[in-house]
Amino acid sequence: MSDPILPVTRRALLGSSAASVAILTAGEAKAGNVAASAASIRMPVSLTVNGTERLLTLDPRTTLLDALREHLQLTGTKKGCDHGQCGACTVIVNGERINSCLSLAVQHAGDEVTTIEGLGTPDKLHPMQDAFVEHDGYQCGYCTPGQICSSVAMLKEIARGVPSHVTGDLDGEMRATDVEIRERMSGNICRCGAYSNIAAAIADVARG
Amino acid sequence: MRSFTYERAATPQQAARAVGGKPGAKFIAGGTNLLDLMKLEIETPTHLVDVQDLPLGSIEETGEGGLRIGAFVSNTALSAHPRIRRDYAVLTRAIQAGASGQLRNKATTGGNLLQRTRCPYFYDTNMPCNKRSPGSGCAAIGGFSRQLGVVGVSDKCIATYPGDMANALAVLDAVVETVQPDGATRSIPIGAFHRLWGDTPERETALEKGELITGVVLPAPPGGRHFYSKVRDRASYAFALVSVAAVIQPDGSGRVAFGGVAPRPWRSKQADDALPLGAKAVIQQAFADASPRDDNRFKIALAERTLAGILAEVGS
Repeated sequence: MSDPILPVTRRALLGSSAASVAILTAGEAKAGNVAASAASIRMPVSLTVNGTERLLTLDPRTTLLDALREHLQLTGTKKGCDHGQCGACTVIVNGERINSCLSLAVQHAGDEVTTIEGLGTPDKLHPMQDAFVEHDGYQCGYCTPGQICSSVAMLKEIARGVPSHVTGDLDGEMRATDVEIRERMSGNICRCGAYSNIAAAIADVARG
Repeated sequence: MRSFTYERAATPQQAARAVGGKPGAKFIAGGTNLLDLMKLEIETPTHLVDVQDLPLGSIEETGEGGLRIGAFVSNTALSAHPRIRRDYAVLTRAIQAGASGQLRNKATTGGNLLQRTRCPYFYDTNMPCNKRSPGSGCAAIGGFSRQLGVVGVSDKCIATYPGDMANALAVLDAVVETVQPDGATRSIPIGAFHRLWGDTPERETALEKGELITGVVLPAPPGGRHFYSKVRDRASYAFALVSVAAVIQPDGSGRVAFGGVAPRPWRSKQADDALPLGAKAVIQQAFADASPRDDNRFKIALAERTLAGILAEVGS
């Protein structure tokens, strides 16, 4: 059936879309000339990820986050804001939680990185993963890997005696109270607002 | 992000030479502020010299009863150090009032001193900013200035130094130690480290090209009770509207510095001397030369009430 008012066939529409894609690509290539020589900078980086040594050759601009997601296909670690504000990219490096988006992969040569894939598996969940399931500590799930990596390392900070903004006695024993957990997890944003269940899950693990 | 080359330095002087001898070169330590700004192309270094391998990662006793904090000591490690918690609690409190757990693990002592302003017009590359692009003008003056400076500012820039740690270092009379590309070393009192903006808001510190912070020295503990009160738009993980660092002695004398109001931690002898007279007297001294905007005039009243809260706690 032909349409006299809009004489555009599906084939013609697809053809013109393909043409605009081609133009866009050419335009990008032209704009990319300056970056082309810069893009030739590559550095070897060796880091241990989830217990396995990985050797990569990277542009120094590559963040640890992009190295994990784009070069090692470990997409459990999420990119949210890419500016250290949301915590979705939290991973554990040499035992400490950091924002992988605000760190260059080349800064981590020789480091030990643990991502959500290294904490547990679908068959053998980490106790924190188990607790998040038990307490329904998520809605869309996008912030969850960051929340879990962050909370696992956060409890170790309390065990090591690292104080927080809400710690009363700086010389006293640090305890994982609800107030402490909420303050210490403030670097992980949940846009669905599952905070109360996240806090409950972490408290469960903290108190055994 | 613009392209750059990267190297790791082995000694402080080698690092200083590497940055000093190359236009466009910068140091990188934790990188939490620098990489954020590089992604926005506000910072566009062509070469990064990573200082993580330098022997600047420890906290040591000085012969004078104080502590020397290596420039690469993380905010978390510094705030949790037993001597800092016991003898310099204002520093632990200030550090823990800033950023998030993840950021404090990565942020370093030297880097934190160099963190750049959070003025929204500095961050918005579509707007004029004398700090980001000298001579282009200041969009903050006449713009939304609620978060911005009320004292020590200029007609070229009304940004604030945004950090918390340095406010505590100010009341502790800390000294910043550096090494220059020729190997010479300097000791810069914290009060002279951050510059007032004047006509050159792009120059933020006393550091020269290639000069590397190697450490921060704390004199012997000041005694007294230590306080850090930070007022902000949410209870955690936000920059200060106003913060107050204070060390108060049993006789009511003490030291006080205000954050979130000026290009540097705002401390003066006159304000310190007024402490026994109460919060109002301190504010009259500290903010005598203030030039607030309509949007941020509230900061002066807020500073007084925040200090009054501390002094009430001392008296109770």
